Amino acid sequence: MPGFEYLLDALTPLNILLALGGVIAGTVIGSLPGLTATMAVAVLVPVTFSMAPASALILMGAIYTGAIYGGAYAAILLNTPGTPSAIATTFDGFPMAKRGDGDLAVTLACLASVSGGLVGAAFLLVLAPPLATVALAFGPVEYFWLAVFGLTLISALSEGNLLKGLIGACFGLLLSGVGVAEISADVRFTFGSQVLLGGIETVSALIGLYCIPVLIDLVATPDRHLKVTHAPRGFRLAEALAISWRHKWNLLRSSVIGTLVGILPGAGGSIAGLVAYSEARRVSPRREHFGQGEPEGVQATESANNATVGGGFIPTLVLGIPGTPPDAVILGALLIQGVRTGPNLFTEEGSIVYTFIYGLFLATILMLPAGLVIGRYAYKTIVTVPKAMLVPTVAFMTLIGTYSIRNSVSDVIIMITLGVVGWILNRVGFSPSPIVLGLILGRIAEQGFVQAWTIGAATENLTGMFFGRPISLGIIAFIALSLFYPLVRARWVGRRRKIDAD
Amino acid sequence: MNLRKLGLAALCLALPLSATVAEDSYPSKPVNYIIPFGPGGESDITARHQQPYFKEMFGQDLVISYKPGGGGAVGWSQLNGMKGDGYTIMGINLPHIIIKPQQKDVGFTTEDIAGVYMFHYTPDALVVTEDSPFKTLQDVVDYAKENPGKLTLSGSGKGTANHLAQIRFDQMAGIKTTYVAFKGTGKAVTALLGDQVLAEWGYTSVGAAHEGKVRLLAVAMEERHPKFPDVPTFKELGFDLVGGAYRGIAVPKSTPEEIQVQLSEMIGKINADPDFRARMENDGMALLDIDRADYQAFIDKQAEAYIAAAREAGVIE
Repeated sequence: MPGFEYLLDALTPLNILLALGGVIAGTVIGSLPGLTATMAVAVLVPVTFSMAPASALILMGAIYTGAIYGGAYAAILLNTPGTPSAIATTFDGFPMAKRGDGDLAVTLACLASVSGGLVGAAFLLVLAPPLATVALAFGPVEYFWLAVFGLTLISALSEGNLLKGLIGACFGLLLSGVGVAEISADVRFTFGSQVLLGGIETVSALIGLYCIPVLIDLVATPDRHLKVTHAPRGFRLAEALAISWRHKWNLLRSSVIGTLVGILPGAGGSIAGLVAYSEARRVSPRREHFGQGEPEGVQATESANNATVGGGFIPTLVLGIPGTPPDAVILGALLIQGVRTGPNLFTEEGSIVYTFIYGLFLATILMLPAGLVIGRYAYKTIVTVPKAMLVPTVAFMTLIGTYSIRNSVSDVIIMITLGVVGWILNRVGFSPSPIVLGLILGRIAEQGFVQAWTIGAATENLTGMFFGRPISLGIIAFIALSLFYPLVRARWVGRRRKIDAD
Repeated sequence: MNLRKLGLAALCLALPLSATVAEDSYPSKPVNYIIPFGPGGESDITARHQQPYFKEMFGQDLVISYKPGGGGAVGWSQLNGMKGDGYTIMGINLPHIIIKPQQKDVGFTTEDIAGVYMFHYTPDALVVTEDSPFKTLQDVVDYAKENPGKLTLSGSGKGTANHLAQIRFDQMAGIKTTYVAFKGTGKAVTALLGDQVLAEWGYTSVGAAHEGKVRLLAVAMEERHPKFPDVPTFKELGFDLVGGAYRGIAVPKSTPEEIQVQLSEMIGKINADPDFRARMENDGMALLDIDRADYQAFIDKQAEAYIAAAREAGVIE
């Protein structure tokens, strides 16, 4: 193992304390809707000035890891992704909680997050320099196709109701165009209003579209929030371990997907989770059960999004290009510490890099006990708190969380408006996920398309730009697979049945 | 009765006096420093550089928070509605505060911004990869002359320092190039390093952050940058291009004049610290000392060049 001599440096009492404290603080912050990993890390930056670079990195890495995992709680227990990375966790996590398996889902999420984190960190340790080239191989056109690939997931998510799914996605795409356009600087769809100038912020849209309808329903119906059928059953760790072992290939595949997507500077945890989810669903024999509380769905997303932590550090440390938004903050903190990232960092500043990577392993492992205990506590609180307390508390948190993202009242107004719209749409059969996918992927697709078109037109090779690059062709193949696989499969199964019948 | 009235009047007179006395000890509590962009960008990093010096020199914390959105417009449009007591200050960026209000109604005008100090700029630079066939600025100009429009250059955003540098340089050199806008300098550099484009309109800081992987062909400064003594300025090569992304600090308009003056002096004091200067220059920045008295003249001069270039490019009508 490279840099093994630095393992002991990572294991000083101070570093262990920083890793544990960081993971706990991160998990709590990540579980609150609106408080994202980026915010958590940014708040910490001044604290790290006085630390040694490796310790500062360990603390920030631990908070980051914890926050990504913490996002799962709100996703599972409140149907609200605490961070964008946890969007796909709601698909199966909330149905599991609804039927009384919330404790199992939280424990599964913890195990999956730890596995994903370890796989991501392992890639960072062993293969960082060669893998960093992946970040550079992805040009605008590849991001365009990747976003289109993500959009094809809508067809899978809205099976049986494709038309409504597509309408929702178009609504989301329109929402993504609101405000000052990110690259062309045009002001669009603001209707002269200052409120819309900053655009629809993703996390506030998530809170509005997912959480507000749940709150309205809680008030409107007499049922308990989550069904509780049994007496407390502890962590349900043995059960969760058995499920994890049964689906170890799912965990591994999703973790590798998460690492690779994490390396791409323009993608991030939300896309990693969605791609891993769609792949898990495509491969699984229980694919019909996805979306109704299938443990595999929770495992896929949670392992993938935690793998993006290690993956995102690869371009950050090797190229000085932040892989994810929290990485950008960490990179800034390193700059101020006087640490120059780059290809030589691994050879010249090995003591910092390897101490940090072992520290990341340490933090991820510590997340297992810390995450199980906090998860258990979160579950018990949500289940036992009376509705009259739960609704106002969560409502208050959504307001504070939304405001804190950009210190903006406009975001709060947008969040509440989208919440009411989302609730009405829910009633007539539109689910929030296609809208959110359109919102997130619309921006990536638009930027990639405009840039690819500009370069293609300048070099007079538009066809080659869009259809002549190997990675693009690979993604296009996946798009075709994702779109037509259900059709082909249905026909194939039909023929098999016919043969069997004969 | 009369005496009482007199006493009251005396009290009324004394109150504002005592308030001024209290303000003599400004700052007496932490100062909020709002960055109208997200964390991790260059505006954030330079503010972070100032942070420890502020605490050391003036004994109070400089608390950095973020109000991103609309390319800075969300923050600037709210600045004058904030409390003008000297404990709220906000980062300002050029050309943003000049170009944005010209494009559309973004909730503020350039004149609305009460700037107290412009403390540094990141000079524009033409950047290529280490193994690029372009060895000099002349190579780039020659290529662009032979292949009009085919030279692709990445840069951060439209109507930005990078974009305006491209427009101005194209005019000066009599060439036509294609500018490809990316979201932020990080993504523009990634596109360069990944050979998606042939060159980048970036900053000297790109050369500092990616040493060994990129080369600067020329920098838009009056004199060579101390960190890059071998890189010529555009001026040396016959192009009158000096500029970049300028950063400063503004306060709500309602902030008392004496506090504005004091803040201006304080930021100047940080700027004068040799250790601070060394750290900023090592990151590729260039320091600038435009205090409150010179602020308006500076903005007017920059606005002239920026608006002409932006109009030429169709960024503004």
